[in-house]
Amino acid sequence: MTTSVTSSRNGEFLAALRAEWTKFRSVRGWMIALAFAGLMIVLFTYLQANGKHEGYCTTRNPNSCVTGHPFVPSGPGGEAVADTFRFVAHPLIGNGTITARITSLTGRIWAGPANEAPSLADTRPGVTAWAKAGLLLTPSTKQGSAYAAIMATGGHGVRFQEDYTHDQTGLPGPILGAAPRWLRLTRTGGTITGYDSTDGTTWRRIGSAHLSDLPNRVDVGLFATSPVTYGGSATQATANFDHVAVDPGATVGTAPGGWLGQNIGTGLDDFYTTLGTGSDQRSADSFAVTGSGDIAPAVALAGGDTASDSLLFGLVVAVIFLIVIGTMFITTEYRRGLIRTTFAATPNRSSVLAAKVVVVGLGGFAVGAVAAAAAIPLAQHVMKGNGDYLFPAGPFATVRTIAGSGALVALTAIAALGIGTILRRSAGTILLGVVVFVLPTFTGPGIIGPTSSGSVATWLYRVTPAAGFSVLGLLPRSGLVSYPYTMANGYYPLPPWAGLLVLCAYAAVALGVARFLLLRRDA
Amino acid sequence: MTDALRAEWTKLRTLTGTSWLLLAAVVVTVAASAAIAAATHVSPGGPGGDSQDPTKLALVGVDLGQAVVAVLAVLAISEEYATGMISVSLAAMPRRVVVLAAKAANITALTLIAATLATAGCLISGRLLLPSAGLDQAHGYALVSITHGPTLRAAVGSVLYLGLIALLSLGIATIARDTAVSTGIVLGLLYLPPLLAQLVTGSLRRHLEQIAPMSAGLAIQATRHTKTLPIPPWAGLGVLAAWAAGALLISGTALTIRDA
Repeated sequence: MTTSVTSSRNGEFLAALRAEWTKFRSVRGWMIALAFAGLMIVLFTYLQANGKHEGYCTTRNPNSCVTGHPFVPSGPGGEAVADTFRFVAHPLIGNGTITARITSLTGRIWAGPANEAPSLADTRPGVTAWAKAGLLLTPSTKQGSAYAAIMATGGHGVRFQEDYTHDQTGLPGPILGAAPRWLRLTRTGGTITGYDSTDGTTWRRIGSAHLSDLPNRVDVGLFATSPVTYGGSATQATANFDHVAVDPGATVGTAPGGWLGQNIGTGLDDFYTTLGTGSDQRSADSFAVTGSGDIAPAVALAGGDTASDSLLFGLVVAVIFLIVIGTMFITTEYRRGLIRTTFAATPNRSSVLAAKVVVVGLGGFAVGAVAAAAAIPLAQHVMKGNGDYLFPAGPFATVRTIAGSGALVALTAIAALGIGTILRRSAGTILLGVVVFVLPTFTGPGIIGPTSSGSVATWLYRVTPAAGFSVLGLLPRSGLVSYPYTMANGYYPLPPWAGLLVLCAYAAVALGVARFLLLRRDA
Repeated sequence: MTDALRAEWTKLRTLTGTSWLLLAAVVVTVAASAAIAAATHVSPGGPGGDSQDPTKLALVGVDLGQAVVAVLAVLAISEEYATGMISVSLAAMPRRVVVLAAKAANITALTLIAATLATAGCLISGRLLLPSAGLDQAHGYALVSITHGPTLRAAVGSVLYLGLIALLSLGIATIARDTAVSTGIVLGLLYLPPLLAQLVTGSLRRHLEQIAPMSAGLAIQATRHTKTLPIPPWAGLGVLAAWAAGALLISGTALTIRDA
């Protein structure tokens, strides 16, 4: 018996779904509005993407300014990386080991005004937490190459890192004269292993990395680099090494010209802001290496533009359209008295509401997703044509943005349907819909003023339906970079799925109250 | 005309929605202003530390309250279309423009009264709350006071602004004839251009802020750094007046030539 009850319930729902779909599609104005909403998404994405023109200056002379974006290297996985440092390289043929003792790590921090190009003329002493110096093995000195490195850092102890994103911790504590650190990298085939030691005799393995397609001849050597501080000041680090030894092959001193000091990526065309130029000094098996830059994932400092950022305004416009459609889908039934016929035909009111949710949700999703799928490649094309830098987004992130745009529009339409069921009046529903679902998106810098906007905007994008726009966030964050991941720098405060969940909660509350009232009230 | 005014006044007065919406407009405006004033913390010497405009901040609730005013004005005409009352109105008063003018006069009068109360409430809340937000005399900010010329202009301007928003909304609703569609259009027209302006830069942004009804109209609230505004205060209110006049002109024509 249960089966037949269930199947008749299902049958009733399917009939209601078909009825609601017929009502929805046969209002020509709504269909036109849906198509128009999609067009608005594409149009405004195009306009917004087209309005972005980047340029940079290689010196403070305005004549040196060119359009386009400075070079941002791509790492082995296609991700945007910073790869800017001083490297004193030595060839290593086949398997082998490089060992060194690092006795000091000091640095300088740019102390001049933020709008001036950093120079060594105005600095204060200091070493940033992610200043790095140590041993590095790489198949190529080209920026963005694969690598494995063991390093001492300014404030994060000894680290073994590979390919920009992988990180393992070694001995803690800063480098002091009294507490030097011994570092070692060993290559066995494609496996690189990092060791550290306090005395050069007892070695502790930190971790190992597998670099694929590693050629027989690789470069090993000493490096130093120092990233921009959290506050945005360029820095420089100097490390002193001794007991430097490469085994097998030429040990220090027996192969003249075996060591080659070079700047990797330090240049005016590189996006990374550096302080001073790298240098190195050698005496027997001791080296002093000075460098500036970073070997880490790139942050929005590289130009935080993504094609999906351009979707924002078009989506807001589409959301207003869908608020009106979602509202009218229920309020016109009340206005015309059609609701009584609807409930007479489908006495289970929950089924009617569910059918309406499915219909308006699918409509909203289709509009948002289809338009985003068309608009994103268009925006990418336009931005590339303008010479803008596009932060790389994998296929998964792109699909997530497209589906997320659809979900954002759909959920807002569903919420409007819920509010419309509660209020049964068009004007109040649309007023509430726009105030709750649209205004928080841009309340902040424009309305509240510049001072409080940072934190207020962050909270609005956490707890109001504006959180749903987190689905447009593509920029990766990294614990290996000290950087303000703020709204102003293009980072949404919530991850995409969490933002969508906040919006879901609003829609769910509206629907829950709507269902409760629908069952309780007279039609 | 007197009869038309009386007829429209009776219709408007006897709708339960009218008084509630007027009350809501006042409460929403003052509450939003008070909430934002309470949430503001200006750190002296911080970014934009001396560029705050206490009067504008005190009147910020108008940004939200205008939505309620817009809905009130939309409903005044769209509900007549929804119920079919419009046929009766036009049968009783065949000069259709007179009907529209009478509606406009009534709506504007009610809005101006509510707007005066709301603006006064905003200024009082700003005077009480803003000093504790860091906008006090110790940091070079005077108390919000109506005796201060630019503040008086901002207050009077805000009242007129809300009146013009009501006229613009009435015009749009007379053209669109549907509550939901008109509300969507009016709110979109008010709130979308400021958002778009934030996303574009340079002269495009400036032009957008000069012609958008909300951005231009609210220039009337600025009391400091008026030289750097995209549009001077009274000119900005003039832009909004032009929007309202345009909407009323088109709606008057449409009302005359269309079938009801």
